[in-house]
Amino acid sequence: MTSPPSADPPASREGVKFYQVGSFAAGNRLLDPALRTVQADERRANSLTSGHRACQGCGEALGARYTLDAVMRATGGQMVAVNATGCLEVFSTPFPETSWRVPWLHSLFGNAPAVATGVAAALRAQGRTDVRVVAQAGDGGTVDIGFGCLSGMFERNDDVLFVCYDNEAYMNTGVQRSSATPPAARTATTEAVGPQPGNPFGQGKNLPLLAIAHDIPYVATATVADLHDLEAKVERAMAVRGARYLHVLVPCPLGWGSAPRDTVRLARLAKETGLFPVLEAEHGEVVRVSRIRHRQPVEEYLRPQGRYAHLFTASGAPARPDLIGGLQRIADRNVRRFGLLDGGDDEDQGRGSGDRAPAGADPAGASPRSPTGAG
Amino acid sequence: MLQQIEGSRAVAEMVALCRPEVVCAYPISPQTHIIEALGAKVKRGDLAPCEFINVESEFAAMSVAIGASATGARVYTATASQGLLFMIEAVYNAAGLGLPVVMTLANRAIGAPINIWNDHSDAMAARDTGWVQLFAETNQEAADLHAQAFRLAEAVSLPVMVCMDGFILTHAIERVDLPSQEQVDAFLPGYRPRQLLDPAEPVSIGAMVGPEAFTEVRYLAHVRQLEALERIPEIAAEFCGHFGRCSGGLLRPYRLDGAELVVVALGSVLGTIKDTVDALRDEGARVGVLGITTFRPFPAEAVRAALADVRRVVVVEKAFSIGHGGVLTADVAGTVSDRAVPVATVVAGLGGRPITRASLRPVFQAAAAGRLEPLTFLDLDREVVERELARMASRHRSGPTAENVLRDLGAAGSKIL
Repeated sequence: MTSPPSADPPASREGVKFYQVGSFAAGNRLLDPALRTVQADERRANSLTSGHRACQGCGEALGARYTLDAVMRATGGQMVAVNATGCLEVFSTPFPETSWRVPWLHSLFGNAPAVATGVAAALRAQGRTDVRVVAQAGDGGTVDIGFGCLSGMFERNDDVLFVCYDNEAYMNTGVQRSSATPPAARTATTEAVGPQPGNPFGQGKNLPLLAIAHDIPYVATATVADLHDLEAKVERAMAVRGARYLHVLVPCPLGWGSAPRDTVRLARLAKETGLFPVLEAEHGEVVRVSRIRHRQPVEEYLRPQGRYAHLFTASGAPARPDLIGGLQRIADRNVRRFGLLDGGDDEDQGRGSGDRAPAGADPAGASPRSPTGAG
Repeated sequence: MLQQIEGSRAVAEMVALCRPEVVCAYPISPQTHIIEALGAKVKRGDLAPCEFINVESEFAAMSVAIGASATGARVYTATASQGLLFMIEAVYNAAGLGLPVVMTLANRAIGAPINIWNDHSDAMAARDTGWVQLFAETNQEAADLHAQAFRLAEAVSLPVMVCMDGFILTHAIERVDLPSQEQVDAFLPGYRPRQLLDPAEPVSIGAMVGPEAFTEVRYLAHVRQLEALERIPEIAAEFCGHFGRCSGGLLRPYRLDGAELVVVALGSVLGTIKDTVDALRDEGARVGVLGITTFRPFPAEAVRAALADVRRVVVVEKAFSIGHGGVLTADVAGTVSDRAVPVATVVAGLGGRPITRASLRPVFQAAAAGRLEPLTFLDLDREVVERELARMASRHRSGPTAENVLRDLGAAGSKIL
């Protein structure tokens, strides 16, 4: 394999300004090479290399590639990856082919955090603390079936970075509801039928806030729309020891009923509507939030997605203003709670200046997609 | 060194002498004393380098063991009963991945009704997981089997479960000879994994396998189990040479010379059975005993040879397949199926009910005389059973069975234990 990229920390990105062009790729090319993304570096590890069988436009494949390559750079290539059962596991290892260029272990659906604990324990016993452990799962493997093991790994503060690629349902088994599925979304087990079509309001589990409540050293949310931000968070996560949690929103064209070309756009809209707050927390305190730059009403996010088609007429007009309003109230609550609009001016938005300390954020009880916010 | 020591502590001492690098533990009776002792050793620094991980469930315990083993560490954990069931998905997974984890199973009944006492329901529930299953007869053997288990597991790259009867062994204080560190080091070399998560040589472990290869992968697991059948007697013989006493192996024959009736059993009940048989032998009965030390892989050829001249077999089992009958019985019957040898099952000791010589003796006598039913439940209280059956027949809403039975027994119930 190619030699891993340098573990040297990149030069500061403070003050660098990007104009929003989707993936930031255009802006990235104008940067000093040291400030460019890991993905832009030809020496990137390609931890999840080409040839895998993810769907076109798969957000999870993007998220995993960005995340693991950034870990490889941060660790100088000294990484072990543990994978829960799910899309990522299935599409990456159609043996005799495997897309993993890192040591990779898949055990079960619900035990990736504990398996990672075991890997970390073995490395510690062997005195190999230079090798770092990353565990990864979808939202089902994280918020539902893996939650017991995840909470245990968190409370023991094991030296593991756990990454949840959240596409908001069980996509691998055919788009069934998980406890990360947002209200009103159609899944195969919350069909768009009856007086309250789609997933009910007032349910669901917010893993980033539950992770923060464990007082672990580092928790962050990110999306595949902001590659610089995601890589910077991986870098920060790898700079500390102990349990760390990264929750990455990864749109799923199959499950969301969206066009493959819209994956990055939808991830950005999730943030820009306030439905998915992008934030960081250290030792139980929210320390930074990514400010919304061009606030959008939730309709703009919902309309391109087939899973919300029942909320609109064929011409795109609101068919269920009550349910759309419920989702808007969730976004509004997130904006208020996390101070997602506070400080700065919308047109002058750079990487450094975009991250604000939260204004009176009260993580306990608040929720990025708070079901309770729907009233 | 000879010590008067509790079974659990003897096992903990031997496990520590085997230098595990990761011990993961979740408390469940009657296994707790083992992991408590190991935890203290790690905390004091007597067992180092070793990571002792307090996990949040048995499912996590086996999962931690899987991760640590795949990273090249020698790994140990212990469980019992409900704990084994709670981790069963990971138990299958460890075997499927071919990871040489060693686990003590402090045998205990499975609920409902909840019961913390000894039987073999838990071990039988794990029969088909792909783990090697060894049964200890005494605390000395329980301790010794752990050293052999690590040797075996790492030799064939399969996980090994050492079964020891809960409370009867785990909590009994007996004389146990514990070896020195040098002796164990000479017997058990460091772990050299066949597969390893190593950044220097990245491999993918745990890929999906479809119909094109699943049969072959499963068959190879079977081949490795059969290889274990070869290795177990070799390792036991080597153990004898190293430690000056013999433990383990495939079978434990006792007074088989000229035996027409042979009693087959697993675990600590063999002691009571041997005492019973001794008395019958003294009276001229031609009875012998065959202890099964290695239950999986099942040593069918060795059992066939041991039973070659036998006319009747009784299998005393601390578990049964509800709706069918004996589990070990089916394995044993398969070895004599070419001859007209009746194999009867005696289900005994469920949920900790004592198995006494007084109860066994008439059963063996009946078997010797050809009067034993194919399936017998030792000391079954027919009256209590009939009362509950009558209650169920008389009204639909007859209530919870276990509670009805306890109410019928009244204060008598507490006398059993």
